[in-house]
Amino acid sequence: MTAADAVRGAIPAAVTGGQGLAGDLSAAPLQIDRGEARRRRRWVRWIVVAALTVLAVVFVYPLIWLLSASFKPRAEVFDNRLVPLHPTVENYLTVWEAAPLALWLLNTLVVTALAATTVTLSSALVAWGFAHYRFRGRGPLFGLVLATMMLPGAVTLIPTYLIWFRLGFVGTNVPLWAGNLFASAFYVFLLRQFFLGLPREPFEAARIDGASEWTLFWRIAVPLCRPALVITFLFEAQASWTDLMRPLVYLQDTATFTVPRGLKAVVDQFGPGGESQWEVVVTASVITTVPMILLFFLGQRYFVQGISTTGSKG
Amino acid sequence: MTAAAPTALGGREPRPSARARRERNAGLAFISPWIVGFLVFTLWPILYSAYLSLTDYDVLNDPTFVGLENYQRMAEDPQVRLALWNTFQYTVLQVPLYVVVALALALLLQQAGRASGFFRTAFFVPKMTPPVAVGVLLLLLFNGEYGLVNEALGAVGIDGPSWTTDPAWIKPGLALVSLWGVGAAVVILLAALQDVPVELYDAARVDGAGWWRRTRTITLPMISGALFFVTVVNTIAAFQMFTEAYSAYFGAGSSTYANDAALFYVIYLFREGFAELHMGYASALAWLLFLVIMAVTAVQLLVSRRLVYYEGEQR
Repeated sequence: MTAADAVRGAIPAAVTGGQGLAGDLSAAPLQIDRGEARRRRRWVRWIVVAALTVLAVVFVYPLIWLLSASFKPRAEVFDNRLVPLHPTVENYLTVWEAAPLALWLLNTLVVTALAATTVTLSSALVAWGFAHYRFRGRGPLFGLVLATMMLPGAVTLIPTYLIWFRLGFVGTNVPLWAGNLFASAFYVFLLRQFFLGLPREPFEAARIDGASEWTLFWRIAVPLCRPALVITFLFEAQASWTDLMRPLVYLQDTATFTVPRGLKAVVDQFGPGGESQWEVVVTASVITTVPMILLFFLGQRYFVQGISTTGSKG
Repeated sequence: MTAAAPTALGGREPRPSARARRERNAGLAFISPWIVGFLVFTLWPILYSAYLSLTDYDVLNDPTFVGLENYQRMAEDPQVRLALWNTFQYTVLQVPLYVVVALALALLLQQAGRASGFFRTAFFVPKMTPPVAVGVLLLLLFNGEYGLVNEALGAVGIDGPSWTTDPAWIKPGLALVSLWGVGAAVVILLAALQDVPVELYDAARVDGAGWWRRTRTITLPMISGALFFVTVVNTIAAFQMFTEAYSAYFGAGSSTYANDAALFYVIYLFREGFAELHMGYASALAWLLFLVIMAVTAVQLLVSRRLVYYEGEQR
């Protein structure tokens, strides 16, 4: 643990993320009329903030609209009022009775937890193998990892279905997460970036002290790269929670549905092709979305870090 | 560092030292989950999909070999042509729109100073919305008669179209709603913007270059790698458009309110494979998509050689 603390400062700059540039810009030295330029700059800053405020409202408003609509009676769902005229929790009771939402939430929670945990552990193992050890063929193999990231999911969709079909897992939640036991190219790439930033000395020292390779990974590398593992977990939790394609392919029984699959069923029953009870659809949408918003606010720092790293290294 | 030196030579030595052998074995052990996964869930599916595309297969009966029949059928299938055309139109519309908006937002955020973190959050939050719910929101907010979008347009005197029912407006509606998920691309571009050395701007400012000129000659070249990344990833995603369109415009099994204008390629593939159980034909469809995406990505790579600047590269 002490070794871990000692090298924490050596984690790559990308992990900590940068925020300072805007400040640096305003402090940049200027040769021309300073006062004049500064006044103009302040104007620009105000215009930028005003524009961003308008845009931020445009971006966030649909979520607020959805939340607000879920508390409106049927006749007022489309009234586009910010505050419901006749607020009611009726819709939540209706949707709770109309659809086994508690069960769907539980199913999704189980699948999401399994998918995110397995992919984080397996991808960390593989990333560590590529980052720390030198062996013949490592370069080409890692090239293969990167190449599979470009492979469209549609190409492997049918054969993968047939694998799970022959193993007898169609209709269960196994196909929704078990593939994650074998690591995922994107996370291997992401985690390898972090592992590469670790210095080698603590590992060599521990090796001399007789630590096993597993100990080096589990006791030193993993604790040092905890932020990267959290990023991986959160990314996969989001991907798994929001996925519709695989639940559509693999789940048939309503009782096994995940929430997005269930929401699709609710849309089919109560939406435009069905009974046109939009308040039910709206409320089910809120219930599907809220856990993701919570996840974001719990792990906001990690989401932003993880995505910044993806782009700068891609 | 010093301990690593002998192992770096390990590959070239005729007789690898015990140490190098141990290192190789440990490395292979750690990456073994990926090796198994690659063989079972990538390589085998690719090969098996190629084989299936030459067969007639409905899951219940054994595949029967039919040669290139599926590919011939594809060439004559009007639905394939429609799905390809829809997908192509959507991609051409969505990708430039998405990248330009992402860039504009990132440039604005960069100028926002200390407030940029708050706004970045506001742009990112919608990205968390499950795509099914995005499909629902599309139907609600873009509704031609009651929708919020048309109400807002009406407020500034524009008579908004029937986004969700008029075939001509289905794809623009989907492209617009996709902008709602622009947050991740904004974060990537903002990170790239913040990596641009400040000295470059100072030098340009001393030379009297205005904002537009600085953006065109410094910013865009310096972040062209990230722009390229966002473009390629988003193009591949646009070609595989599925969930938002499916949840908004296609019902379970029999589509009661399906719309020809929203029949994207992966939706057609999905229905052929899993609703009609034409697994052989769907595999052929998957291969065509694969080839199209490969070709488009290759073209983008070629173009990028001329346009993308990587630091440390000789020009």
